[in-house]
Amino acid sequence: MAPVTEIWRGTWVVAYREILRFLGDRSRMLSSLAMPILFLVIFGAGFTKAMGPLARGVNFIQFMYPGIIAMTVLTSSLFAGISVVWDREFGFLKEILVAPIGRTGIVFGKIAGGMLVALAQVLMMLVLAPFLGVRLTPAILLALVPLVVILSIGLCALGIMVASFMQSQQGFQLLIQVLIFPLIFLAGVFFPINNVPTWLEIFSKLNPLTYGVDAIRQVFLGSGLGLGVTVFSHTMSITDEVLMVGVLDAILLGGAVLAFNREL
Amino acid sequence: MASIIEVSGLVRTFGKIEAVSDVSFAVEQGEVFGFLGPNGAGKTTTINVLCTLLRPTSGSASVNGYDVLRQRSDVRRSIGLVFQQTTIDDYLSAEQNLRFHGYAYGIPKAVREQRIQDLLQMVELWDRRKGNVRAFSGGMKRRLEIARGLLHHPRVLFLDEPTLGLDPQTRRHIWDYLRDLRQREGLTIFLTTHYMDEAENCDRIAVIDRGRIVAQDTPDALKDAVGGDLVTFAADDNAGAAEEVRERYHIEPTLQNGQVRFHVKSGETFLPEFVRTFPQRLNSVGLRRPTLDDVFLSLTGREIRDSELDEKELLLQGMAGRWRR
Ligand SMILES: Nc1ncnc2c1ncn2[C@@H]1O[C@H](COP(=O)(O)OP(=O)(O)O)[C@@H](O)[C@H]1O
Ligand SMILES: [Mg+2]
Repeated sequence: MAPVTEIWRGTWVVAYREILRFLGDRSRMLSSLAMPILFLVIFGAGFTKAMGPLARGVNFIQFMYPGIIAMTVLTSSLFAGISVVWDREFGFLKEILVAPIGRTGIVFGKIAGGMLVALAQVLMMLVLAPFLGVRLTPAILLALVPLVVILSIGLCALGIMVASFMQSQQGFQLLIQVLIFPLIFLAGVFFPINNVPTWLEIFSKLNPLTYGVDAIRQVFLGSGLGLGVTVFSHTMSITDEVLMVGVLDAILLGGAVLAFNREL
Repeated sequence: MASIIEVSGLVRTFGKIEAVSDVSFAVEQGEVFGFLGPNGAGKTTTINVLCTLLRPTSGSASVNGYDVLRQRSDVRRSIGLVFQQTTIDDYLSAEQNLRFHGYAYGIPKAVREQRIQDLLQMVELWDRRKGNVRAFSGGMKRRLEIARGLLHHPRVLFLDEPTLGLDPQTRRHIWDYLRDLRQREGLTIFLTTHYMDEAENCDRIAVIDRGRIVAQDTPDALKDAVGGDLVTFAADDNAGAAEEVRERYHIEPTLQNGQVRFHVKSGETFLPEFVRTFPQRLNSVGLRRPTLDDVFLSLTGREIRDSELDEKELLLQGMAGRWRR
């Protein structure tokens, strides 16, 4: 086990590079925002009128917007994993692996970098809120940031865990796509999952991301609208959900460190 | 004093392939030590074990007195690396690549910026420090990697095929830096190559073939061990002429490319005598110092070129490897 100073140095050095690369790559920044915006515009325009309000004072686009925020966190965080595969393919991973920083520091750095990038993208998405009729207050912002952080950490860890076993970008992308689309669609991004067919409800409630999405939604829309997730007739509060995500984070973080340490 | 690199009984297997089989050697402080061998001989694998990227299957190795398995951090701090495939981040500038390295090795700021400037000036990239590395030529990237490998003042610099794929002029240039460095800093350099002429620059060479060291010594001693200077000649009846050489001088000649070849000590005095007294008519006669090619040939029975895949195959393999690895 590397000493704490090495883990700490590894974390910030690796994270620093992730951010440097993100800032240097405008096309990635824009393309990662394109999809959520597309969803918002098309689904928003298409369904908002047709569906009418989903709850008191909440129309479809206001319902979907927090879900899209969560989706941005998900896709962006898993990118931390692909950056590991990318580094391996283009050789830079070796430069990191032979530096005196220890594997754990590298994993933490990739996670911290991925998390900060995800957070930056969420903040960019917030610019849209006023145009969509979504209320945004300092209190909401203050609650949103830590939620995004804990959600992102687990997802970054998941991406890195998967990446540790992957040799090529194609393989990683395939796996993530098989993983990511079901996760997004089953997480209640586009519909409230309490009044869907039972089989769908079961899958959705088994999907941990559902609780992340719901927590972010509660932050934006408030609780008690009848849109929340109920498990065994208990409606999940933000605290419940944060605890769940936290436990999941710890497991995934451990998994990522173990998986990455296989590389010596 | 103990040697700066010590390897003993090193074995590394990949599944059924034994990439390195029972390799032992030692490198002294300040030496330029070369691993010479064809592709697939196990050179890169050996470096990867020494730089803590690969676990040895068995045997032990230490660098700068630190064990490569138990004291990885200390080993990493002691070494600089230039890998066979480039490990520069294309999306950062030259300067950012070096600065990243400085952070990763915990070099204090005041020292770091000065060293970055010195090293970039040394490899003549100071003017291009802000430039995107994507636009760099292969030679420029190599120079940048050498600068980076030196930034944290390592005790040993590892170079895996440092001039592979570079044009002769760039190769000479890179060797100028390396010789200079070694003079000024007393740096120990461990390099691998399959270029014979490059191996000539080393103080000592280990010839490696199929995972085993078949000889190690100074380039001159290795060449002497071949049996002195190489005499080649062609006659009307080469086979008969070879028989004649065998009887007269008790030397075992070989027939190759329509020529009779054999080695003698001090060829300059041997040759006039030979030409004057040889009974057969000679169509051509040649004399040269043995090269490391001859050394490899006499040690393995193959020419180093023959034991390599041709360039195209290599390229394809490299591309396939890129997807797999
Ligand atoms: N990661 C690996 N997996 C499987 N085989 C490998 C791996 N790395 C190297 N080898 C094999 O080990 C042998 C030695 O390879 P290498 O050390 O790269 O040789 P060199 O650097 O001398 O060209 C080759 O047969 C090569 O195919
Ligand atoms: Mg090699």
